Formats: sequence, structure tokens, C-alpha cells
Amino acid sequence: MALRFEILGRFNRARAAQLTLPHFVCQTPLFMPVGTQGTIKGLSNNQLEDIGCQIILGNTYHLALRPTSELIDEMGGLHKFMNWPRALLTDSGGFQMVSLLHLADITEKGVTFQSPVDGKPMLLTPEESIQIQNRIGADIIMALDDVVRTTITGPRIEEAMYRTLRWIDRCIAAHKRPHEQNLFGIVQGGLDPVLRDICVRGLVDRNLPGYAIGGLAGGEDKDSFWRVVAQCTAALPEDKPRYVMGVGYPLDIVVCSALGADMYDCVYPTRTARFGTALVPEGVLKLKHKAMADDTRPIDSTCECMVCKNYTRAYIHCLVTKDAMGSQLLSYHNLFYMMKLSRNLHSSIIEGRFPEFVCKFLQKMFPEGDVPEWVCNAMEVAGIDISSPNS
Amino acid sequence: MKFAVKAWSNGRARAGLLQLGSCELETPALLLTTRKGLPVFISPDLLPSLPSPDSRLLQFSPLHFLDAISPKTMSEVGGLHQMLGLKDHIFVAVPRDSILSLPDYGSTNKMGASFETPCGRRMIKPAEYMQMVSSMKPNMWVTLADEVPAWVSEKRNKTSVDRTVRWLNDCITSNLATTSGGVVFGSIVGGSRVEERQRCAQEVARQNVSGYYIGGFGLGESMEERTSLLNAVTDILPEEKPRQISGLGLPEEVLQGVAAGVDLFDSAYIYHLTLGGFALVFHSEETRRPGSGDQLRDTSIDDTKINLKATVYRKDSSPIVEGCNCYTCQNHTKAYINHLFNVHEMLAQILLEIHNTHHYLGFFRSIRKAIKEGRFEQFREKFIRSRRDHIFDAAAVSA
Repeated sequence: MALRFEILGRFNRARAAQLTLPHFVCQTPLFMPVGTQGTIKGLSNNQLEDIGCQIILGNTYHLALRPTSELIDEMGGLHKFMNWPRALLTDSGGFQMVSLLHLADITEKGVTFQSPVDGKPMLLTPEESIQIQNRIGADIIMALDDVVRTTITGPRIEEAMYRTLRWIDRCIAAHKRPHEQNLFGIVQGGLDPVLRDICVRGLVDRNLPGYAIGGLAGGEDKDSFWRVVAQCTAALPEDKPRYVMGVGYPLDIVVCSALGADMYDCVYPTRTARFGTALVPEGVLKLKHKAMADDTRPIDSTCECMVCKNYTRAYIHCLVTKDAMGSQLLSYHNLFYMMKLSRNLHSSIIEGRFPEFVCKFLQKMFPEGDVPEWVCNAMEVAGIDISSPNS
Repeated sequence: MKFAVKAWSNGRARAGLLQLGSCELETPALLLTTRKGLPVFISPDLLPSLPSPDSRLLQFSPLHFLDAISPKTMSEVGGLHQMLGLKDHIFVAVPRDSILSLPDYGSTNKMGASFETPCGRRMIKPAEYMQMVSSMKPNMWVTLADEVPAWVSEKRNKTSVDRTVRWLNDCITSNLATTSGGVVFGSIVGGSRVEERQRCAQEVARQNVSGYYIGGFGLGESMEERTSLLNAVTDILPEEKPRQISGLGLPEEVLQGVAAGVDLFDSAYIYHLTLGGFALVFHSEETRRPGSGDQLRDTSIDDTKINLKATVYRKDSSPIVEGCNCYTCQNHTKAYINHLFNVHEMLAQILLEIHNTHHYLGFFRSIRKAIKEGRFEQFREKFIRSRRDHIFDAAAVSA
């Protein structure tokens, strides 16, 4: 184990904690931006530090392809290669393969796929995934899991859950750097509470440094989504971090935090920036829209980021989708928004005003009071009263 | 605006001091290329990492804002400095821009100047140009010109001079000229005909302008014929007013312009290098020579620049230039930038534009130092010779 997780404040299931990793001391709940190929598209390290990013995610599949994990290892690890002084997390590579490649297939041995370089058949085993991640050197590494989309039903889900448990033992055995890198297990089981329960117990038995809730954020309905998160956070150990993979939208992050999750990752903020969409307290602002052409207000008047302090919607509008600078500035703002959300979640829990924060958040996003039912249900389970309008 | 020549070297080359806004800049100086007012890749919060005040001089074309920001909105925000959040920078408006706003002499007519822009071919009349200038409020702007390439007919060339002088008049007598608050440079054209260049320079020298924009170069004339044309113009212009030029972007061309008495230069050199993955490494006194002199002389290296896409850099953990103080060299390795190019990541160009800008600004600093020390011609000759030496070396190696 190479981390320390110290809970500093609570509200019912929600927790604010200090997560000490080899390269950085983090505050949770936190959002992790995705730096797929060893960079967050268009942003420099010092900008990421200014924004307050604590952990960045790197995609093992992409990095193993280029520049290869061997090269990264030779250069001293990904931290040194990127010159990123804070924390890094790598995924196992499995999900990317299944979602990005034709003819990717999962067998007991591992994930078989066609090399995108020369079409040769290749195999990613749990052992290989861990070895690659050992070479990359991130603070947190993810077990290779058999991930199945939640929109699929039938025996495949059960098969995937049990295989994930068998594979975690192979991952643990293959892990050569347990004192420098934290191996997180991933809870699978689709939307079936029985399967999820078996998986949680199986992983907890292995006494891992942290646990992720996987297989979500893939198109399932929101009602099923929050229930799985609620079930898992209730069953996972208190004193270890819980990471909901692929989440996501600010609203989802607030709900999951209320239910007791600590870490999140998603391409959404940076990807949506490249399509000209900004994240704002009310939801989203589409800068491509014609109405923005003469709007001399900042993207978000409550945001203190360099973009909102200096630029009008009109100017960003004339940049988006036409000039690289537009993507850069919007990515900057969107990530700033996500990190501010993380900081607010952390501090509002510690300062004993979490329910007020949640109410205000929902009020801004749903000024007519039309909070979606799934959010209301989740908040009830989280023990947060969102019924009365806050003054 | 205040301008004073502080030193001369070998005839026409001069070092000067230009005061614009809150900025005191030494010349010869480089105007940085922008797109819609901001650098192409360097984000505004990384701009301060470049040398100051050198990097505060930004060139832009008002035409970038066609179909982008209306003059009304621009005025509402208070002008370009406010719109771009760069209140301490110096903005110089030039309709022509070697990347996004190319003079289209075939479509230009007596009504206005035509340019090829990302919005297609657009014609700008003097009145429209003045409307843009007055809404943007740049620190400095040049009058609308009819810039023609070297190969046009005598008649067409002559017309371009007549038109440019007439438009200069239209611009400076427009009542928007005073509201723009900026300093005006009169444009001089004349193609590759010495007499027309002289005629235009004489006409413009008579006008009430604060400096001169020498247009029509970098449009097809050869480097050999350029010197006499440049001298023909600068010999006529008053010494105490600054001279700006467009289209002389390469280091040798800059040196040629400095030798002819030009003070301000724009350049697309950095942009093209950056897009191609090239990093400047040439040695001028302000920038050190890269590491080992016995580096392999292969086709990816000459003493000017290296191509960071080349596989030879895959594992190179050294900075682009050892000892370079730019953000890129202080924080990243050639190997990382090589990787970024291979995976087509935007950060590659950002890092490279930072380094290349830093390096080129260092080149200009060397020029100024050489002039002040009275050895500009030696500096120029040495520089040109060293750039050509590698060709002989490469030939020797392959022999």
C-alpha cells in the first residue's frame, strides 16, 4: 500500500478526505481530468497546476501504443516524461480496447484484439496490463477487469463479474511495485445487486488500497446508475477511497459524492470544450450559438478563472471550432469549473454546510425546481433534504 | 508615440528606442504574429513567460475579425486591448498578414483593397477600414495599401502607388482617424520598380504620419533585387521616424531589412516552423549553441533548426536548446515534444511556438547589440556564413 486516506469531515454518507499519494497530497472528493496521451489537450502543466488539478489520468492503451511503456520506463516513468509533479493514475487498457477496436474479444486469458498498427492478433492479459502500468509508474493503477456495458443483459454479466475476481488475483501477483503504486480493484456486476455484492466482497477480501466502481457511465438509465453507486459505497470499506469511473457530469458528481464516493474521471469537460460548450452553474453554455456573437458578458460571472476574468462570450464565440485557441480557453475554463466543484465539495463537507451547498447547486441548475426524480431519490438515500428552497 | 535613433552601424542600420503606450521598446524589433489578436498557439497566460518588453509587440490584421466580432460589439467592449485581456500589450494593425490575409491584387480595384481570408475573398474600402480601426483602437495602424507582387505590369504597379497614396489620404483625413487614438504609419508601395518606390516614398514622406509601413515585399521579388528597392525607399524617408515592413520573415531577410534601415518586422517564420515541428536552435550571441558540436550531421539537423518529429529525438531527454530560458526548455524534453507530435497533440505546437518565439526574439536582441557595438555588418556576414556552412559539412560527410 502506497497511500494514506484520512477522512476529515462527513455528512451522512458524504466524506471529505485527505488522500496522500507518493507524488501528491490530494483533497477528496476530487475530479481527475483525462490526459489520454500524456497531455491534457491544449493545456500546459503550469496551467493545470493553476487550475488546481491534483491527479491526472493517463490511458494505458494509448501510451503503450505510443510512445510505448518501455520508452516511458527508460525515460524514468510518466511523471518525469511529462514533467508532471503531482499525481497520476493509469487505467488498465481493457476498456479502451473493447470500446475502440473492432474484433476485440475477451477470453479467460485476457483481451484479444487486432493490433491497430499492423493488424496482428494480440493479447492483453492481466499480467501484461500490470507490467505496462508498472513501467509507466503512476501513483494509482487499475486492475484489468472484464467490463461489460450495463445495457447488456444475461449471463455475460455474471461471467464478467467472476472473471474480474479471478483476474484481480493475477493482477496482484503480477504487481511488482506495491510500495510505490496503488492497485485499485474494480467492482463489476452490471445492474444486478446480487452480482455487485459478490464482487464487492470478493475485492474487499483482497484488501486493496482502493476500490473503483466500474461498468457504469455507459448509457444505463440514471435511476439504475445511482442505485448501483449507493449499493457499492455502502458496502465498500469506509477507510479506503472509492472511485466511480467515467463520471462525469457535474450533477452526477454531486450525487455520487452525497452517496459516499471520492474520486471521478471523465473526458466530458475537455471534450465538450472542443465542441464549444462551456460548463456553468446553470448547466451548459453553447458558445457556438449565434446569440453569443454579441454577448459581451463573461462565460460565467461567478467564475474567477483567467478566461472568465478576461474574455467575453463574443470573443470565445468567434474562436470556437475555428481556432485552436478557442479549445484551449474553453478547456481551461471547464477544468477550472470541475476543480472548483471538487474544492467546494471538499470544503462544504468539512465546514458542515454540505446540504446547503447541494441545495444551492441544484437551485442554480434547476431554477424552476424541476430536479430530476432520480436525483431526488438519491438525495433521500443520502439523507439530504433538497425540498425547501434555500434563501 | 516617441521614437529616437540611438546608434548607427555601417550606414543605414540603426538601433532605436520606441515608446508606445506604457512600453519602451528597442528596435530593430519583431512584431509577433497573432490570429484574432492572440498568438496562434500560446495561450494568453503563458505570454508573460516570454521576454518583456520584446514580446509585448503584437501584429494583427483587422480582417481577422470580419464575420467574427462586429465593430459595434468591439466598441462596446472598449477596443482590442479589452477584448483580448491584454491591456499592457502594443497592438499594431496591418491589413495584410502573410498567413490569413493575403493581398489579392487581381481583385483590388479603385474602391478598395481585396484580400484572401478564411471568410473568402473580401474587399475593404478605406471607410470600412477606418471603422474597424476606430472600434479596435490599436496602438498603431498602417494606412490601407494596394500591395502588388513583383511581376505586375508597369501600369498596374503605377496604379498601386496612386491608389495607396490616395487611400492614405482618405484614411488620415477620415474623422475616425482621431477617435481611434492610435499612431498612424503611412504605407509605401511601388513593387519592383525603383522609380515608383521613390515616387511613393516621396509622396508619403510629405504626409503627416508618425512612421512608415513599407509594403509590397515578400510577394515574389528576389532577395537580390530587394536591397536596391529597400534602399531607394529608406534613403528618402526622414531618419527620425520609424520604418516597419511586412514579408521579410527569414533571419537573412530580417538582416537585409535592418541593413537597409528598417526598424520593425513581422514574420510568419515562427508560425511555419512551428507547424512543421521545427525548433530554432541557431546560434546568435543571445542564444547558446546546442550541446555537442559532434552531433550527427543528418538531414534532420542543420545549424538553424531541428525537426522534433524525427525519430532521432524519441529518447532525447535534453531540452531543445541547453541553457534556453523559455518555458519549454525549462520544463520539457525533446523526447516529450517528439511524442506529442507523433500523437498529434496541440501541446506540441504550444510548446514549440513558445520556444521559437523566445529564440527569435533573442536573435533580434543580438542584432540590436551588434548595431550598438558598431559591428552589424560583421554580425550579418558571420550569421549568413554559419547558416551555409552546414551544407558544405553535409556534402563533405556524404562524399
